[in-house]
Amino acid sequence: MLYAIQSLPFLWGGLLITLEVSALVVFLSLVAGVVLGIGIAYGPRWIYWPIRIYSDFLRGIPLLVLIFFIYYALPLVGVNFTNVMSVVVALSAFEAAHIIEVVRGAIQSIHHGQNEAAKAIGLRFTQRLLYVIAPQAIRRFLPPWINAVVDTVKGSALVSLVGIVDLTLAIQQVIGRTYIPMPLYVLGAVMYFLINYSLSSASRRLEARFAYIRE
Amino acid sequence: MSEPASVPVVRIRGVKKAFGSNRVLDGVDLDVHKGEVVVVIGPSGSGKTTLLRCINLLETYDEGSIQVDGVEVGFRDGGEGIRKSRHDRDLSRIRADIGMVFQLFNLFPHLTARENVMLGLRKVRGLQTAEAARIAEQWLARVGLGDKFDSLPSQLSGGQQQRVGIARAVAMGPKVLLLDEITSALDPELVGEVLSVVQELARDGMTMIVVTHEMTFARDVATRILFMDGGRIQVQGTPREVLTATGHDRLKAFLARIEMKHH
Amino acid sequence: MSYHLNYGYIWTHFGKLGWGLVLSLELAFVSILIGMAIGLSLALAYTARGGLVRRAVAGYVEFIRNVPLLLLVYLVFYGVPSVGGFAYDATESFVITLSVYAGATMVEVFRAGLAAVPRGLIDAGKAIGLTGWQRLIWVRLPTMFRIVLPSLSNAFVSLFKDTSLASVIAVPELTYGAQWINTNSFRVIEVWSVAAPMYLVTGYVLLFLLQRLERRFSVH
Repeated sequence: MLYAIQSLPFLWGGLLITLEVSALVVFLSLVAGVVLGIGIAYGPRWIYWPIRIYSDFLRGIPLLVLIFFIYYALPLVGVNFTNVMSVVVALSAFEAAHIIEVVRGAIQSIHHGQNEAAKAIGLRFTQRLLYVIAPQAIRRFLPPWINAVVDTVKGSALVSLVGIVDLTLAIQQVIGRTYIPMPLYVLGAVMYFLINYSLSSASRRLEARFAYIRE
Repeated sequence: MSEPASVPVVRIRGVKKAFGSNRVLDGVDLDVHKGEVVVVIGPSGSGKTTLLRCINLLETYDEGSIQVDGVEVGFRDGGEGIRKSRHDRDLSRIRADIGMVFQLFNLFPHLTARENVMLGLRKVRGLQTAEAARIAEQWLARVGLGDKFDSLPSQLSGGQQQRVGIARAVAMGPKVLLLDEITSALDPELVGEVLSVVQELARDGMTMIVVTHEMTFARDVATRILFMDGGRIQVQGTPREVLTATGHDRLKAFLARIEMKHH
Repeated sequence: MSYHLNYGYIWTHFGKLGWGLVLSLELAFVSILIGMAIGLSLALAYTARGGLVRRAVAGYVEFIRNVPLLLLVYLVFYGVPSVGGFAYDATESFVITLSVYAGATMVEVFRAGLAAVPRGLIDAGKAIGLTGWQRLIWVRLPTMFRIVLPSLSNAFVSLFKDTSLASVIAVPELTYGAQWINTNSFRVIEVWSVAAPMYLVTGYVLLFLLQRLERRFSVH
């Protein structure tokens, strides 16, 4: 038990890595997901189909498979990323595919009359998105997006399998030294739980806040 | 100074549109002059709503020409006599001068009545917020909503929402106003307040093209009535001429059906 | 970059992938069955009871859904035996883990499904004199199952993909097979270019079959 307490600083380091990787992936996947999501919602066929194929492919395979593939295959084609870069690319690509769907769903849930009314008063495409569509879409976007953020944090645990010392790998390394698996796994679970649960609570509060726009 | 009344605000020539094998518009010719109120009636599927929506290019047209104030709406000159589709940027400029009021109102639910009217004024006409607010409030007052500036659409009745819709379209100073069955989705007792606003606008000289089922309204406000069927204008004339419908079978049948529905 | 594609090794050892896929499907199937049993009983308990039971069920669901599956796999496989004093088979351990994981999702699916049963149907049941239990078995559950079929299909395909985590405790499913081929031949691009589409295509086939099932049974 004492060992567990003494190893806390080490676990703390792992936790930081988990948070950093997660934050980076959330940011990259959000940008890519929103841009591509708008593309798939409004774009002509030659934009729609590549994004559709990308999104369907990445959502149809396990995250672990994608991470292994990118981690092992990239060096072979001459791309020399660090460990961290390849997992961030893999995780971001994976999450972006999901966010594309979230964005598309949010945009398409808005009655097409809104877009028509916006066109009718002469607003241009970016103006329509910014002033009419986005303010309405964001309500429908936030809850599933926060789910995706939680999935990202959970998915980040897989980086431990390619040698990155995140919280999960840190726990395993401590167990390797101290031979008390259960308390440490439980501690790790609690730490992940606290992070993700506060994210989902924030989501519920945000949902309530936007409820003033009733249809 | 006399206006050259011969230049029509809206000039439609030979417009055709098909959805697959369905010829929604099958050769439409129409001139609408300044100050005219043209009312279009006809059975569903006759193409009247599609025609209206082609004028501000919410729908594209395959063949023919639609010009608003001399500018071809749907196409630009691609050189060597080739027509190319318009870019969104050009379309927005053209649409700014055409107002449309929708059957389902389509107010922006996240904006107040005032903000709904102001949006176009600020972002399309480029007015300062204070100026836009002043104009918005003026128009809202004119349609009888002087006490509803800060109301959200969800707090307004159908008739009130539609009047905001009218204010939103008219505040932009359009050259022509398109009204697409604007009372069809309203409870009967709310129809009157909307129609009286439209009558006022007509009296003040607004050029309008109105698609409607309300025959009494058509008769009262129209300078000209068009009967459309099968994608073409079958009959046109003064309200009296069209609504007494001598000699035109399909029109007579249509009017009879409308009569029955309203009794 | 000189990398020449060579699929020979893959085809020689395709069994690792093929049988791995079969095992993945089996794992997913067993886990969803157990998960449905867990989920249904907890959803019924949640709906029928109040206070303490509800908080316990919610606690279970929230905990499982917010913790990475990988950590749960480790916890069950390495952690539990150390306090229980026994050891188990990796496959057994994974099935337990995935079932508990599936159970959490299933609680939510069934809870929402039960709530979506139209009041009118339940009232009709009362009106013809059915008892609470009878209404449950003859009216509410059958209707609920029809309503939740789409969610069940999606959950099953999701679980199928989650079986890839069994590879970390050396369960010989599809991902483990691919890793094995990878380690022994370094044919990285080839092996993943076969294994990944295997997941993808199987997922689509499953969805297609389940949708046909849905059409035969669904409400709305």
